[in-house]
Amino acid sequence: MASERRYDPVTGQYTTGHQWDGIEELSTPLPRWWVISLVVCFIIAIIYAFLYPAWPTTKTYYTGLLDWTSHKELAEYQTEARAGQAHWREQIAANTVGDIAASDDLRTFAVAGGKALFNENCAGCHGIGAGGQQGQFPSLIDDDWLWGGTLDDIYQTVTHGIRNTDESSRQSEMPSFKDMMSEEEIAATAKFVLAMSDASVPVETRNAMPGAELYSNNCAGCHGAEGEGMRMMGVPALADQIWLYGDTEEAIRNQIVRPKMGSMPAWGTRLGDDAVKMLAVYVHSLGGGEK
Amino acid sequence: MNHALIEKSVALLFMLTFIVISIGGLVQIVPLFKIATTVPPVEGMRPYTPLEQLGRNIYTREGCYTCHSQMIRPFRDEVERYGHYSIPAESMYDHPFLWGSKRTGPDLARVGGKYSNAWQLAHLVNPQSVVPVSIMPSYAFLKDKPLQYDDIDLHLNALRSVGVPYSDEMLEKARADIEAQATGQGDTDDLLKRYPKARLGDFDANPSEITEMDALIAYLQILGALVDFSEPGAANATPAK
Repeated sequence: MASERRYDPVTGQYTTGHQWDGIEELSTPLPRWWVISLVVCFIIAIIYAFLYPAWPTTKTYYTGLLDWTSHKELAEYQTEARAGQAHWREQIAANTVGDIAASDDLRTFAVAGGKALFNENCAGCHGIGAGGQQGQFPSLIDDDWLWGGTLDDIYQTVTHGIRNTDESSRQSEMPSFKDMMSEEEIAATAKFVLAMSDASVPVETRNAMPGAELYSNNCAGCHGAEGEGMRMMGVPALADQIWLYGDTEEAIRNQIVRPKMGSMPAWGTRLGDDAVKMLAVYVHSLGGGEK
Repeated sequence: MNHALIEKSVALLFMLTFIVISIGGLVQIVPLFKIATTVPPVEGMRPYTPLEQLGRNIYTREGCYTCHSQMIRPFRDEVERYGHYSIPAESMYDHPFLWGSKRTGPDLARVGGKYSNAWQLAHLVNPQSVVPVSIMPSYAFLKDKPLQYDDIDLHLNALRSVGVPYSDEMLEKARADIEAQATGQGDTDDLLKRYPKARLGDFDANPSEITEMDALIAYLQILGALVDFSEPGAANATPAK
């Protein structure tokens, strides 16, 4: 197939000298602009490799002449963004949750920031809008609070969480009554507990129920003689109509046999104090906040 | 050198090809021998506990990485949302790493400790029950599948051979460690000495059995939780220098 290179007058180019069945191959050079672009790319790549972090070295890595890192760049953006909010953030940091809520301007900022934080961090459990999840996670928009609904209570709960490994987290445990009461007794107690929240059952009728004495012997210590609950220990009120784990006799029986107790992460270390303050003010503003 | 000369001599063509490929190969391969020097050391990283490691296997098996990334990039929006950007050391014991390339769901690099075990369970069983807009499928079957861990020591040994620093003691006690972590009973102090910050307890609300759900939740709960970005708020706001 090899033959001599020759000049091709039609195209004005030389051939490569290859030919197959009389068809010859032209040796058209690459366009000059293309070759130049390629060389320029090589040069840029070499310069780039010296300007930016590129190579591992024996002990660490080459950091580049510009000393650029994406982390530094991020820090600059962050600083810039924080500077714009500095006026507000300083005040959030300097004031207590009570003072923040008392100031119209600060409260507006805290509620807006708290809402964004809530939707990302809290809504998974408590729901967008904080309505909670029946049977799982408590609603935050009503006035029924397990651990207290004042600003300080909420601030404490958000900072340290509930039943987690944080040293100051809220702790309490309801024991299982499976081995302490018979099945009939548990059923009777559940009936009584349900009657406590039923206004149509007269007090005398209720107190004559077989579960009444069982309740006062076993449950009243924490849940209160009238089922009012005890916030210091996160003990739910039983005399109201709000049931986290279900309002049927069966749900109550299950809770006596194998109590479910919620756990909440500590947000103080994860989000920082300012964020927690804004969250507390936001949650408090949702409708159920107490003085 | 003349093109015609090279294409007419096989020996010359072979030699020159060899030289070119060698240069390309060396440039790409030699730096990799020292790639470890580009991972700045950090306090707090430890190999996964055997239970977490098995959870990680389930995460990989179920293809969680196809919808969830594990890489918080150093961009302001990501750091504001997910917490401190991921640092290289945080995936140094991952074989393979699960950085992912697409977010149909959120990034999970720092999901550890963000939710309670109960939430993780409810969410894996029926994602829509806690996140109504979610399109994630249910993984309820995991809680009915007993976890297979009779060969866990061999598995850890394999990881050791690719550089994960599992000690002989860790291999020896791997099975006991799984039982201790998934039940919260047994020699948990010993377990925590080997694997600080390990979460203990019955993760899937079923104390009678160690299931795949236990392992997966144990893994999710440690994601991004090992390195302490010291200052409160550091994990969500200020990047390290």
